[in-house]
Amino acid sequence: MSQHASMREITLHVNGEARTCTVADRSNLADFLRHDLQLTGTHVGCEHGVCGACTVLVDGRSVRGCLMLAVQADGCSVETVESLAAGTQGAAGLGPLQQAFRDRHALQCGYCTPGILMSLTELLRDDPAPDEQAVRLVLSGHLCRCTGYQNIVAAALQAASKPAGDA
Amino acid sequence: MKAPPFRYHAPRTLDEALALAATLPSPRLLAGGQSLMPMLNFRLLAPEHLIDLNRVEGLAGIRDEGDAIVIGAMTRQRDIEFSPVVKARLPLLAEAIQWVGHRQTRNRGTIGGSLCHLDPSAEQPLVAMAMDATLAIAGPAGRRELPMQAFAVDLMTPALEEGEILTGIRFTPWAAGHGWAFLEFARRHGDFAIVAVAVLLELGADGTATRVSITLGGVASTAVRVVQAEAALLGTRVGPADIEAAAACCGQVDALGDPQVPAWYRQRVARTLCARALPAALARAHAAGHDGMKR
Repeated sequence: MSQHASMREITLHVNGEARTCTVADRSNLADFLRHDLQLTGTHVGCEHGVCGACTVLVDGRSVRGCLMLAVQADGCSVETVESLAAGTQGAAGLGPLQQAFRDRHALQCGYCTPGILMSLTELLRDDPAPDEQAVRLVLSGHLCRCTGYQNIVAAALQAASKPAGDA
Repeated sequence: MKAPPFRYHAPRTLDEALALAATLPSPRLLAGGQSLMPMLNFRLLAPEHLIDLNRVEGLAGIRDEGDAIVIGAMTRQRDIEFSPVVKARLPLLAEAIQWVGHRQTRNRGTIGGSLCHLDPSAEQPLVAMAMDATLAIAGPAGRRELPMQAFAVDLMTPALEEGEILTGIRFTPWAAGHGWAFLEFARRHGDFAIVAVAVLLELGADGTATRVSITLGGVASTAVRVVQAEAALLGTRVGPADIEAAAACCGQVDALGDPQVPAWYRQRVARTLCARALPAALARAHAAGHDGMKR
């Protein structure tokens, strides 16, 4: 085939907003979000589905942004870390889960954080009061080299203990 | 890295997908993408065409046909994990699926994709082998069915001809009250298994084993039934000495070695896992029998 990238038009919702874009067939969802939509909150780590940094929600389910093509998200609803603080009143503009991360020192360098926040968002929607084991199982899909995970678990449990919408 | 350039196709029907698979030069089929996408990103593969099966109608779903449970090839691992039908009728699969990757990969990954990728340490091919599953295949020459034993030809080599697509997997549930256990050893949760074992056990009214399946994953180029271990248990009351004899058979299988995990180590882990899985399966079979008497 020619070396020119094969392209196609897709329409999807990203953080509630309808977007229509022309993307390369081979572009993965994480790169599309970062490069085409300038939503750089989604981070790219290993690019083979191991580290979890690029995790976003597609139709409400956590997926690896590097293991899904952007063209596969045509017609889907995508949520990224940028959606978590939307409409919040807090001084720092943080959603409740993000505030819990701040309170509990659940991040240091922050590279893995956006992906973890999205996986925990899915968990807390499915189960507003998860136990520690459920939190740890979800976190097993993420690598963090700073925190040792303890503070992330604590933050997730703190967020779970608060009523939804309470920042 | 980024995936090499390819042309993407998103057929809506199986016929469209089959026509594309039969006519395009060097196509690859994209299922959940949790193995193929990493291989593309590593540039281990450079297909000219990618045929995405995710929008093909009718390839996903779990159907209870009474004597069999039929799972569409594009059924996501998440849907198997949370299926009440699978939990009730295929408890071995329900247990094994929790060892597959992570929540975030099970949300995309499919059972058919895993069977066609046929990684030697993967859980779903192991369960298909343990349960003698039948695979439904569609292709240019029509439809055919293959037992898992014949489908798993060799390391990452399924018995699919050019242009063929796996459409579904038929599992025949074991009798109500059977025992089961799935155990796996890996260095971290979610890593590829160094060894995995699947055990199924049916007991007669007198407590002797009337039907046994013992299957190992991760040790050889494909999942393997350990028929000697099964024979060592059949007709016994599955006492400690019987379990030890079966575990010893698992410790003698032909095992692959690599620089990280020598063959002798895989054999030792296989023996240990078998010795742990059998009592677990036995306890479940006994518990079911006990419940039955109470009713």
